[in-house]
Amino acid sequence: MAISVSESFAVNLVAVFDSMTVAIQCRDLRKTYDGKVEAVRGLNLEIQVGECFGLLGPNGAGKTTTIEILEGLLQPTSGQVSIFGHSWNENEREMREWLGISLQETRLSEKLTVRETIDLFASFYREPRPTDEVMEQLELTEKADSWVGKLSGGQRQRLAVATALVCNPKILFLDEPTTGLDPQSRRQLWDIIRAFQKNGGTVLLTTHYMDEAERLCDRLAIVDHGQIIAEGSPADLINRLGGHHVVEFSVSGNHDGAALPAWRALPSVESVREDEGLIALNVKQPHLTIPALLETIDKQGGELQHLTTRQASLEDVFVRLTGRHLREE
Amino acid sequence: MHGSLAAKAAAQDDKAIGYDRHHRSMSIAQEVPIKTEHTEPAPPRRNGRWSGYSHLLMARMLELKREPEVVFWVFIFPLLLALGLGIAFRNKPGNAVSVAIVEGTGSRQAQSLLARSPQHDQFKVQVLNEDDARKGFRLGKFDLVIEPGNNGAVTYRYDPARPESVLAKAEVNDALQAAAGRKDTVPTTGVTSSEPGSRYIDFLIPGLLGMNLMNSGMWGIGFALVDMRQRKLLKRFVGTPMRRGDFLLALASSRLILMIIEVGLLLLFGALFFHMRVLGSIGSIALIAAIGSLTFGGVGLLTASRAQKIESVSGLINLVMMPMWIFSGVFFSYERFPAMIHPLIKALPLTALNDALRASILEGTPIMHQWPRMLIMILWGGVSFVLALKWFRWT
Repeated sequence: MAISVSESFAVNLVAVFDSMTVAIQCRDLRKTYDGKVEAVRGLNLEIQVGECFGLLGPNGAGKTTTIEILEGLLQPTSGQVSIFGHSWNENEREMREWLGISLQETRLSEKLTVRETIDLFASFYREPRPTDEVMEQLELTEKADSWVGKLSGGQRQRLAVATALVCNPKILFLDEPTTGLDPQSRRQLWDIIRAFQKNGGTVLLTTHYMDEAERLCDRLAIVDHGQIIAEGSPADLINRLGGHHVVEFSVSGNHDGAALPAWRALPSVESVREDEGLIALNVKQPHLTIPALLETIDKQGGELQHLTTRQASLEDVFVRLTGRHLREE
Repeated sequence: MHGSLAAKAAAQDDKAIGYDRHHRSMSIAQEVPIKTEHTEPAPPRRNGRWSGYSHLLMARMLELKREPEVVFWVFIFPLLLALGLGIAFRNKPGNAVSVAIVEGTGSRQAQSLLARSPQHDQFKVQVLNEDDARKGFRLGKFDLVIEPGNNGAVTYRYDPARPESVLAKAEVNDALQAAAGRKDTVPTTGVTSSEPGSRYIDFLIPGLLGMNLMNSGMWGIGFALVDMRQRKLLKRFVGTPMRRGDFLLALASSRLILMIIEVGLLLLFGALFFHMRVLGSIGSIALIAAIGSLTFGGVGLLTASRAQKIESVSGLINLVMMPMWIFSGVFFSYERFPAMIHPLIKALPLTALNDALRASILEGTPIMHQWPRMLIMILWGGVSFVLALKWFRWT
């Protein structure tokens, strides 16, 4: 008797521990608007506690739909979502106490001050953080008594994050947090997100900036047409799919597709693509490729117009996977 | 990993280094109070059941206060309207009848007859050529045109659709006949009566009150909600543990607070400027106004339940209010419409509100005797509210 009690206790503890390590989970998520537009088509995610996870993809990839379903603001057409092991139909009000949300574009009331706005959002939670502390963290103290309408874009975005952080959330959801911000404001927000994560918080963000995803996220999923086409840490994705280096060049004379197999055959080349006359090679060891490349061009009688090498980025991963650029309209 | 990234970012941008330094100094400053609090921990911030409601209400009131247009349209505009209409339709003592006599052979005779009549001081007479007289009549400058004919006969040109014109014809005819020697067989005496309570301004002010409650209820709830929906603020609120009922309650409460100011100002204005008498009790007027306010709040909520754009809800609100502006007896009595449609008119919420306000303010009718009107308003408000909750979209 006593043993079975302690055993079941141990089992429960394992279950609790297990559910505690997974912050957000979704299985086979689908969302179809008006029975026609398939915004999300079978998406699976598992985000660990303390992770900063990014959904990277072009506009219209289904990132916002996905994050709003996870936030419990949109009903999925099918599929399961769980936040710390709870589903949205069970326990919505309680779950809302754990989540800080910043939507893609919320226009907060222009005629309220920064302090009044944060106080208003704080009032919805049982045990929010002091408004002064949040304003200080987000460097809004100076603007405490300014109307929201008078704030700059960066300040507004920090205020939006402040309304999310005032509840002392376990998970922070950020939908395109730095879109349209200047570099200084972006960096400022990144620091805020990192500080939140350092204190044990979990972050899920969407972005179409590859540098943001690369710098900020522990892991990310590349989303296209409502599906995840690759998942892993930024470095892992780049190594696996981007090639380590990229050699870009253009040659005068013949740049028809027939030459592509020749480039592919050069030493250490992993893949080749052509983009508006510019040829990009994904290369493991550029010091092996480049001499061979120059030699080949020489043999063909072409003339090298342009040559650069750089580290591969997530952009290369995306282009490799989809044949398109992230920022294409 | 993050440390190295931060270092990389900082190395790339001098400004970031400055920012980092700034950040460090802030964290040092933060440490000081933490040490002192160690002995006596500050109580954590805890919110009670009504914290959300009270903050929502306060935020709403602050926003309204800071919106000069709202202050003008809700408070000042009705006063200006009452002032303008009250002056235009004031009861002038010895309201003169304005008469034009067409120049011609008999014009002098008609003029002297009128001047000799016992009521001659009531007439403002002008002699003009035919064209000018008719033009003046068309524009409402004259109530009556006298066209003298041969042998002392006269033709009256009047408009049977204009009460003052009909009246002028009767009075001028009386005066002419009496001056020409007609004897009245029944001796009569007239006593004038223009008590406060029966003037146009007395009719107008309760109507303006009702209209204002409708306007501000529909716009204050309907427009505000769609605006918040369009700004994704509703969605953002739903992303918090905010109680949705509290949100609507706060909106309704802000309406009631405004209602008290609106009604108070307009009644005070009527009493001070036009010596209007308020016969009903303040309590019953406030109750009627509150029910009216909530009724239109409910209708406003229904109007706003699905619209995504403020342009579309503006059209809807005007569409809903238009029939009531016309039919519900704001500026003139609905008795002027055919009796056949009176039951329909009386079923409109603004008619019920206006009638109830007039009965209470002008006649002091107790609220118990007004239950059918109250019922009409409660039904409109209640049914709208239930449907609105069913259809309402937060996102």
